[in-house]
Amino acid sequence: MAGEKTVDTTGLLGWIDKRFPLSTMVKEHMSEYYAPKNFNFWYFFGSLAMLVLVIQIVTGIFLVMNYKPDAKLAFESVEYIMREVPWGWLIRYMHSTGASMFFVVVYLHMLRGLFYGSYRKPRELVWIFGVAIFLSLMGEAFFGYLLPWGQMSYWGAQVIVNLFSAIPFIGPDLAIWIRGDYVVSDATLNRFFAFHVIAIPLVILGLVVAHIIALHEVGSNNPDGVEIKQGPKDRYGRPVDGIPFHPYYTVHDIMGVAGFLIVFAAIIFFAPEMGGYFLEYNNFIPADPLKTPPHIAPVWYFTPFYSMLRATTADFTLVLAGAAVLAAIALFFKGNLKGIWRVAVPVILLLVAVLLRTIDAKFWGVVAMGGAVVILFFLPWLDHSPVKSIRYRPGWHKFLYAIFIINFLVLGFLGTQAPNPTYNLMSQIGTLIYLGFFLLMPVWSRLGTFKQVPDRVTFHAH
Amino acid sequence: MSDITTQLDDSGAVDPNLPPDPSRRMWVTTACAVGGAAGVATAVPFVSSFAPSAKARAAGAPVEADISGLAPGQMMTVEWRGKPVWILHRTEQQIKDLPTLDSKLADPESERPGFTPDFAKNEYRSRKPEIFVCVGICTHLGCSPTAEFSAAGGLPADWKGGFLCPCHGSTFDLAGRVFMNKPAPDNLEVPPYVFSEDGTRVTIGAEDNKKA
Repeated sequence: MAGEKTVDTTGLLGWIDKRFPLSTMVKEHMSEYYAPKNFNFWYFFGSLAMLVLVIQIVTGIFLVMNYKPDAKLAFESVEYIMREVPWGWLIRYMHSTGASMFFVVVYLHMLRGLFYGSYRKPRELVWIFGVAIFLSLMGEAFFGYLLPWGQMSYWGAQVIVNLFSAIPFIGPDLAIWIRGDYVVSDATLNRFFAFHVIAIPLVILGLVVAHIIALHEVGSNNPDGVEIKQGPKDRYGRPVDGIPFHPYYTVHDIMGVAGFLIVFAAIIFFAPEMGGYFLEYNNFIPADPLKTPPHIAPVWYFTPFYSMLRATTADFTLVLAGAAVLAAIALFFKGNLKGIWRVAVPVILLLVAVLLRTIDAKFWGVVAMGGAVVILFFLPWLDHSPVKSIRYRPGWHKFLYAIFIINFLVLGFLGTQAPNPTYNLMSQIGTLIYLGFFLLMPVWSRLGTFKQVPDRVTFHAH
Repeated sequence: MSDITTQLDDSGAVDPNLPPDPSRRMWVTTACAVGGAAGVATAVPFVSSFAPSAKARAAGAPVEADISGLAPGQMMTVEWRGKPVWILHRTEQQIKDLPTLDSKLADPESERPGFTPDFAKNEYRSRKPEIFVCVGICTHLGCSPTAEFSAAGGLPADWKGGFLCPCHGSTFDLAGRVFMNKPAPDNLEVPPYVFSEDGTRVTIGAEDNKKA
């Protein structure tokens, strides 16, 4: 039997294992992947995100069988799915509800990472792949939202594509290049369809694989932020605070899945439009390029970022420029930057302050919105706290997290509302809180009295 | 058995610690550079395929609108290049109000380039003071503002009539001039247009070839 591997398995599995590392992979990622034993409910959301991804792909495939990516036919084909395709309404509601639930689950999953410092060394790449998934997901949701070709689809796409026209010099041509026409049209619909059904899903799948491989390389974090690999080990070299992912966490996650599916089904059957938040009322009107609906807002999961876009007016750039100047002065006199950086960083900040007042506020609105997402990539290097988990941080850190969460929700609410002076001021304050939370993190995250981190995870057997 | 396994044929075996061969390195580099250039060249048609098609580029013909029935205070919308174009017949009072707003506007003289053709660089931003023509697309992010002739919810009490963008709250006066401190960076775009000899029709998209 020259050229064949020696394997322990026999029969069909043995035949496969000689040709493909099936048992090895199952062991590495499931039955011999040791996860900390103190996971709580926050750890459901990773596997739930995988579940929703599968739901979206499967329902998406069936929707494509009846949908027509043509400006003249798209709206009607969606109505056809809803009214005439057997069970089409269910498949479509699963897909539309799945989109919103994807963001619910992913936001909670990211919040878990924020609470327990899951982005800290050595898990920076796990986090970065995760933020890249979030960014791709935003793209996927945006491209998908144009497909029903309703009023909100049309004008939402019009606004977001025009964001790119705010970029100095190349902007207007770039926007035409993205649309493939001078206005959002059939050409735009067709290419968004291609992005939604194949291009972005492929990217997301690749990133999910990378996210999990990186996670399994470094091992899962836990609510205590303690490294189980550095803790005591049993006689077989396994961490005593770790339990095999399968069967322990597969069963644990099934409970999470059951709870999630109850909520998911309840929404699909009783409130698929969710009062206009999951499916906006204006999207039941076919796209009309000549008439913007009186009140236009993106779907709820984009509204916090949309608020930051709207908040950036000419007056607000003055505030931002002032903040940049103050930061430059503080970094020059009080910062602990070394060598050339001590001068370079303040100079760059002063330059930004000047540009804030010379380039249109419209461009800076786009920068604020994009920056609010991009800043997440840098989180591993912004957090300088000596402990990972929120459990061992000073009490007022928890207060800051609470403000951050409430602020994010308020920004989300403001983004759904029609603009008025009071709400605009609130959005501006909210934008400052959001950006300040991250940009000042290198300072505040190391202040205060931290609690003693235990050597081992806290765990009480049931 | 053991005789066979020890019988090594290593006449072609290469020492793994051999230093790199400069000649091979040079050829590998060259091949990668040429291959890479070909790869980039192949990307050009794919990237270019995103630009508007010949059909989309050809669809920009001028459109003609009959304005003989447009009474003072009325507004009509026509489609030109897929965009809404407004034709507003301003009343005497509305024309009189325009100069009083200058101090509240971001660019009252329409000095910024790109949105106002030379013929419209005046107080009314139009060929005739009473007829105002503009592209009804907000210069912020491309929504279509709505005409608000009286102060409604969210508008200031001294509102003299104008346009409100529902997306981000930019406001414009009845000459399409943007108010200060609004998200929109520029005044509404005035398209090229000409009136017919008798003034009952307006052709949008036609360049000025008759009178100034």
